[in-house]
Amino acid sequence: MEPILKARGLVKRYGRVTALDHCDFDLMPGEVLAVIGDNGAGKSSLIKAVSGAVIPDAGTVTLEGREVRFASPIDAREAGIETVYQTLAMSPALSIADNMFMGRELRKPGFRGKILRQLDRKRMEDLAREKLNDLGLMTIQNINQAVETLSGGQRQGVAVARAAAFGSKVIILDEPTAALGVKESRRVLELIQDVKSRGIPIILISHNMPHVFEVADRIHVHRLGKRLCVIDPGEYTMSDAVAFMTGAKEPDTAAAA
Amino acid sequence: MSAQDNYEAAASGAATEVASFNDLDQGWLGRVHHALHVTPALVPLIVLLSSIIIFGLVLGSKFFSPFALTLILQQVQIVGIVAAAQSLVILTAGIDLSVGAIAVISSVVMGQFTFRYGLPVEVAVVCGLLFGTAIGTLNGWLIAVMKLPPFIVTLGMWQIVLAANFLYSANETIRSQEIAAEAPLLQLLGFKFNIGGAVFTLGVVFMLLLVLVLAYVLKHTAWGRHVYAVGDDPEAAELSGVNVRRTLISVYGLAGLICGFAGWALIGRIGSVSPTSGQLLNIESITAVVIGGISLFGGRGSILGTFFGALIVGVFTLGLRLMGADAQWTFLLIGVLIIAAVAVDQWIRKVAA
Repeated sequence: MEPILKARGLVKRYGRVTALDHCDFDLMPGEVLAVIGDNGAGKSSLIKAVSGAVIPDAGTVTLEGREVRFASPIDAREAGIETVYQTLAMSPALSIADNMFMGRELRKPGFRGKILRQLDRKRMEDLAREKLNDLGLMTIQNINQAVETLSGGQRQGVAVARAAAFGSKVIILDEPTAALGVKESRRVLELIQDVKSRGIPIILISHNMPHVFEVADRIHVHRLGKRLCVIDPGEYTMSDAVAFMTGAKEPDTAAAA
Repeated sequence: MSAQDNYEAAASGAATEVASFNDLDQGWLGRVHHALHVTPALVPLIVLLSSIIIFGLVLGSKFFSPFALTLILQQVQIVGIVAAAQSLVILTAGIDLSVGAIAVISSVVMGQFTFRYGLPVEVAVVCGLLFGTAIGTLNGWLIAVMKLPPFIVTLGMWQIVLAANFLYSANETIRSQEIAAEAPLLQLLGFKFNIGGAVFTLGVVFMLLLVLVLAYVLKHTAWGRHVYAVGDDPEAAELSGVNVRRTLISVYGLAGLICGFAGWALIGRIGSVSPTSGQLLNIESITAVVIGGISLFGGRGSILGTFFGALIVGVFTLGLRLMGADAQWTFLLIGVLIIAAVAVDQWIRKVAA
């Protein structure tokens, strides 16, 4: 099977620091791929390179067999790659519906939309509600409430719902459970399963080993700016993964990438 | 999975109602807080209506007449127009200290182009409006592309434009009679009409229309939502697909255009074209915005609030004058209102309640 998103030989340098050192990356269709690595291993740079937030110095990114070059996150979004950033990238004072459609608002048909540029609030609200319901976020009562009035878990849910609603090819989640409590984390993990069941592949960056081992189909271990190995969570333990990631143990050649 | 995530099982039984909201338990203060949070223009509206009622009770028909009430509209029209421009800028978490200077230089350009170069007055008016737009766009470019702080850019632009205004006009006023005789279009927005004792000018009508149009645009178009998003958190706006740079430049450009219209209305109001007019417009416009409940930190507030804020200042000014009070009392009360308005804004921002 061909990877849906593939990167080869990515290099990114910040001055004399090498963040990505000829790094490869593969995401298969329909899978949840976790990316783990120590702080400073270059996980963020890798993710930013495939989501358009940084432009790699060398190497190629291929989406569905076609080479792509993203100049900005907006380019990647248009290609069908949605990213949920750790900061969530939402405007706190605006409503859930406003936030979900930020930058891709729907306008009314005909004169009112074309000439008066009027937004189709009804349709945006209905769609936003539908997407939230799809992901089991029924507890949000009012789609017009400001995002800042939501709890952390609900905000995360809205951000994931936004990505799931528009991400047609790949969804990237950066530390989605880092700031959340037990219940909210569980909700986000369920959201990940929901999105996966609809056939959209997910890249999950996380430090939380239990979460990674619970939802991931494969685990990409990142070390010193490149892919060290890709492991199957069924065949290795969390301790093995941590050992690979920190360099305490070398992977055997079969698993090495 | 092993024992590691068994701890989650304890939470699973209760997880059916994740953080749902119970609006009923907030109490009276909570409901007020919520209403203000949703409708930020409510505070200035209440202040406006109660000040009209109080002055009306104290002064009687001297104040509470169509004539006096519409006189307030005439007195605040210039500040109201400029404050609308200022609102747009402050919603993006910026500030524009050059609004007054842009309004004045636009009026000078309109006057000088007509009288010095003999251009048709229609052309001169369009040139004045374009000139205002150009200065505003330059502000926006310096802020959005060169990433300079709005306060610094517009502080500098204020000095530059004001100096250019005096140099270009040679500090010379074009007299009202000359304008009325040769280029009455310049005084168009000062045209008065009477509806049952209430006196309106076209400038007042323009201000009202401007406020309504901007309120619509901010609420019901994508651009308006982007203005709020940029003011709220520019980084988040950028990541969620808003072209922050273009939004900022268009906001400052539009503010410049609106100031150009304010300059035109200024000619209508004072009759003449004077390079020394409108010196207080900066401070007065910011005052109206703040009293109107728009947050100086951006992303919150409404243009209607600004309009009410401008009217509050007008009501206090006229009311206290009719009472025969020293004009300093007006400034003192306005000062109190400004601080009170910001205190209320801080309270509204506490969303944890």
